[in-house]
Amino acid sequence: MKKSQIRPDYPERSDDPLHEVNMEVNGELITRNVSPRILLADFIRHHLGLTGTHVGCEHGVCGCCTVIIDGRAARSCLTFAVQADGSKIRTVESLAQDDGSLHPLQEAFKESHALQCGFCTPGFLMSIVSQLEETEGEIDLSEDGIRVMLSGNLCRCTGYQNIVKAVQSAAKRMYKTN
Amino acid sequence: MKPPIFEYFRPKSIEEAVSVRADHDYSAILAGGQSLIPTMNFRIANPTAIIDISRIDSLAEYRIDDSQIVIGAMVRQRDIELSDSVYKVHPLIRETLEHVAHVPIRCRGTVAGSLAHADAAAELPALLLVSNGCVVAHSASGARIIDANELFQFHMTTSLADNEIITEVRIPVMHDDAGWAFLEFTRRHGDYAVAGVAVILRFSEDGICEESSIASCGIGSRAVRLPEAEAVLLGKKLDSNIINEASQAGKEYVSAADDTHATTEFRQHVLSTILSRAINIAKSRARYGSE
Repeated sequence: MKKSQIRPDYPERSDDPLHEVNMEVNGELITRNVSPRILLADFIRHHLGLTGTHVGCEHGVCGCCTVIIDGRAARSCLTFAVQADGSKIRTVESLAQDDGSLHPLQEAFKESHALQCGFCTPGFLMSIVSQLEETEGEIDLSEDGIRVMLSGNLCRCTGYQNIVKAVQSAAKRMYKTN
Repeated sequence: MKPPIFEYFRPKSIEEAVSVRADHDYSAILAGGQSLIPTMNFRIANPTAIIDISRIDSLAEYRIDDSQIVIGAMVRQRDIELSDSVYKVHPLIRETLEHVAHVPIRCRGTVAGSLAHADAAAELPALLLVSNGCVVAHSASGARIIDANELFQFHMTTSLADNEIITEVRIPVMHDDAGWAFLEFTRRHGDYAVAGVAVILRFSEDGICEESSIASCGIGSRAVRLPEAEAVLLGKKLDSNIINEASQAGKEYVSAADDTHATTEFRQHVLSTILSRAINIAKSRARYGSE
């Protein structure tokens, strides 16, 4: 992992035995021992030090913690790390290249000013990337269609108009449609 | 908040799962976890044992035979939503699933899990009711079938025993001639319904309604069929007066008390409005509906 490990903020308890989990996170194989109650979001942040995945509401409403599990968008706050044992996980850190060049969707977000405070952005990016990839761009890219695509993510700065624009422009770049 | 401490089991077979279930007084089944984990994060649920059924391979499949769609307990909602073979034999399923939460939730959430959770405002219990579906429940003493009309007892309460696990959902295929519709009213896209309706109608060649099935969610302590509204349609040609009468008959099933989203009166109004729209849509999609 690129970032140094952050100390877990969960106390370990003798009545809570650890389970070994193996997964591929952003292309890297990792093995850790975790309490079964550790949420995948906290596992990614505290055990792996990948703090791009944000935790907002912790009950599946806000979408900030969205990551891609085995090719599909998922709430990492509604998944235990032990459930993801054996899975391939992609977090927002996987989008940009190692040389710092941005993913087309990130470029589009930057150009369209599709983020304000940025707290919700990682969740939006992962949710949109997975839905574009799952459908290979064959998805309703009208404003209404995109708003359905975005409906699982909340932006408290309410900058949705520019996010819609960014998705349209990114889809054009990624799939040369329209 | 964070979920409480629990003992974690990951059985490889149904037999192993039911035996763990039998050994614990307060266990919970973890499939997709999209209902269970929030209730644990809120500390509403505090099970001492979690049985993760995701590694039981036989539960991860669905199949369609001549008369029914059989959906294993680990099949994700998104897989059924996107399945063209399911859409071909029961188009109402996709239309209903599109209203269930959001894509990232449906990618993890299972069909059986939503039924087992039995939220009063959830869409899938209404789908199972309107389709005359059932679930198969396994326990250490064997398997039994529970019909939709016996399964849902109260908000988040089913007739499932503490030692049982839903292993399969069975939904009869829809008749080729049938028309269908699912509509709901929510405050925000993907929220639980203030009121939702599922309708299946079938007509004879001369346009007489000969099969009428209507279910609703969000209007009371559980999803319900609306037999009074169904009866208004049966044996009749559906003109606007009949459809209006049926949608008014639906109002009496609204039992939810006033809450932050709606008063009882408003819910009744919403229900009758979407019911009349859904009947019209189902009629227009049915063979002989507008003979």
